[in-house]
Amino acid sequence: MAAVDYQQQPGVKLSELWVDKRSRGVIIQIIALILLLLFIGFIVNNTINNLKLLGVETGYGFLNEPSNYDINQRPIEYSSRSSHGRAALVGILNTAIVAGAGIVLATILGFVAGVLRLSGNWLISRLVYVWVELTRNVPLLLQILLWHGIIVHSLPRPQEALSPADGFFLSNRGFSVPSPQFEPGFWAVVIALGVAVAGAIWFAGYAKRVQEQTGKHYPVFTINLALVVGLPLIVFMAMGVPLTLDWPELRGFNFRGGVTVRPEFMALWLALSFYTAAFISENVRAGIQAVSHGQTEASYALGLRPNWTMRLVILPQALRVIIPPLISQYLNLTKNSSLAIAVGYMDIVATIGGISLNQTGRALECMSIVLGLYLAFSLFISTVMNWYNKRVALVER
Amino acid sequence: MKVSRLFLGVAAASLVASAAYADTLSDVQAKGFLQCGVSTGVAGFAFTDDAGNWQGFDPAVCQAVAAAIFGDASKTKYTPTTGKTRFEALKSGEIDMLARNTTWTYSRDVDLKLSFTGINYYDGQGFMVPKGLGVSSAKELDGASVCIQTGTTTELNLADFFRTNNMSYEPVPIETNAEARQNYQAGRCDVYTTDASGLAATRATFENPADHVILPEIISKEPLGPLVRHGDDNWADLVRWTLNVLIIAEELGVTQDNVMEMAKGTDNPEINRMLGAEGSYGDMLGLPADWAVHAIKAGGNYGEIFARFIGTETDIGLERGLNELWTKGGLIYAPPFR
Repeated sequence: MAAVDYQQQPGVKLSELWVDKRSRGVIIQIIALILLLLFIGFIVNNTINNLKLLGVETGYGFLNEPSNYDINQRPIEYSSRSSHGRAALVGILNTAIVAGAGIVLATILGFVAGVLRLSGNWLISRLVYVWVELTRNVPLLLQILLWHGIIVHSLPRPQEALSPADGFFLSNRGFSVPSPQFEPGFWAVVIALGVAVAGAIWFAGYAKRVQEQTGKHYPVFTINLALVVGLPLIVFMAMGVPLTLDWPELRGFNFRGGVTVRPEFMALWLALSFYTAAFISENVRAGIQAVSHGQTEASYALGLRPNWTMRLVILPQALRVIIPPLISQYLNLTKNSSLAIAVGYMDIVATIGGISLNQTGRALECMSIVLGLYLAFSLFISTVMNWYNKRVALVER
Repeated sequence: MKVSRLFLGVAAASLVASAAYADTLSDVQAKGFLQCGVSTGVAGFAFTDDAGNWQGFDPAVCQAVAAAIFGDASKTKYTPTTGKTRFEALKSGEIDMLARNTTWTYSRDVDLKLSFTGINYYDGQGFMVPKGLGVSSAKELDGASVCIQTGTTTELNLADFFRTNNMSYEPVPIETNAEARQNYQAGRCDVYTTDASGLAATRATFENPADHVILPEIISKEPLGPLVRHGDDNWADLVRWTLNVLIIAEELGVTQDNVMEMAKGTDNPEINRMLGAEGSYGDMLGLPADWAVHAIKAGGNYGEIFARFIGTETDIGLERGLNELWTKGGLIYAPPFR
């Protein structure tokens, strides 16, 4: 073996480094790295020089100047007097909102569709199959525009808004719902919720220990549900209902008060969720099919009920297969949310990478901010999901 | 040298580094055509005709410049630009000049290092609403949803207008004029705001233009004109004086039809200087003596271009108004040709 020969030789000549397969590989990689760094350095240097030649000033000072434009969806206080930096923050939050909501809905839809795809019912599994193929083979941008078109064109104008329940209005300006207004006493409810969650976690651990030692089984889920819902509710009542609702109301052109979920958000959210769910459902199907059928039969033989079999035997093993590709889907969804600009949803790309860029002309600075932010988003999601993946991964003993 | 609109462009384009900016005219002559930035389409101002060629009030300026250089207006190529991409396209050298409803502002002129070469349309930002809403003044728009093209000065004017009048509104940002029209017609927004000329152009494309009103308030000054990048004054002069020639031609009664006749010599010394019958004014720009003849021959004088594409005889139906010659009470004015 070459490796053994190599170690047996007392002195290594420089020329032999190239002859040896391993050291040659390292040398080639080092050279490639140096060339890459030189190339990047050349581009950066060239860009800076060119900008200087053009007399274009660079710098991030503009972030403190007033933005002078308005944004419709504002999770935080913002007006046209706020700074470009603040506008970027609004954009970040808007991206986080649509990505977060998208991940939740896509996961639910994806898991449901993945399980239905394996259903014994021919009609259901075929229908899901058709849906998956249709959704994942049509470009996402078209789907976003389609959803936006459906919402804007098919829903009535605010004056003739549909009202499924008192205070809820659906029109082509969005879905208006009452918004909660918290009064000072509400902090007690939040604390109660925290206490309840901590208690629930402790109880789950305790119940598991008891079951392992004695075999006695507690209805953990029911008790914890009662704890998490009940305790805050009791405190809520005890504090004299420290919450009022702000009801939406049609005044003039639009609904005022309450919270309005805009058509742009809905279109983007639904399109992203459905598109990603189609991919996730295939991951889920693959994960479940990867678990040998013998496992199911074995657990039935042990007397486990079907839903216990799913929860305790199949799913833990399937998750090991599902989660790694699921991480990629979450990352894709987050990055795809940059298509928001197509329908005018004010995300990072539309605020700092769009209007701010345009009004200040600071293209490189704005794009570098956008790049950095997407990188941060993606790394954050990767970190969280990799941590979760480690937890469910096979523990080798 | 290119600093392109996206980071990838920067990477790729930086490699093609050369400082050969100084002489745009030579570059244009060497490649044999003029690359002109236009909008993605505004009825009357820039549109593609049945044959797929760009036509309109803005491309006409480019055609006049191309005609001045090559004696042939068809030696123009077009790059459609959005409100977002237009300045990077110009700064990077992708286009030689920009003729695209662009408002002359301090920061664009000074900070973005662009040179405006004149004003070919005096505009102002207005509002269009469906008649059915019963709105007669922009001051009644409190709480309305407003469709607006992003990346334009209109966005800033709008924010200022509603803030100073203590009114609220919901901005509905939109990328192109076509999308804005769709959203407005679907009722996603109550109001569409852009330059009054653009509103008139958009309204002309509706099935029932009479169902929509343009409100009387004009909330901003929007002087629109062609522009070039900083750093080549000769090129800026050429574009500026091509536009001036079109204006002077209208003032002196030189038209597309009679320009060849007049080029042979007239009693008016300014016409003679301009059309090359007297002096050597073309040389000063580095162009043949009859450059202005070709520029006028291409699409006619300023008034003829206005009338053909956006005047009262067209679907757009814009009055001359501020864009009448200074001798007739408007603002269109060119320095003397001498």
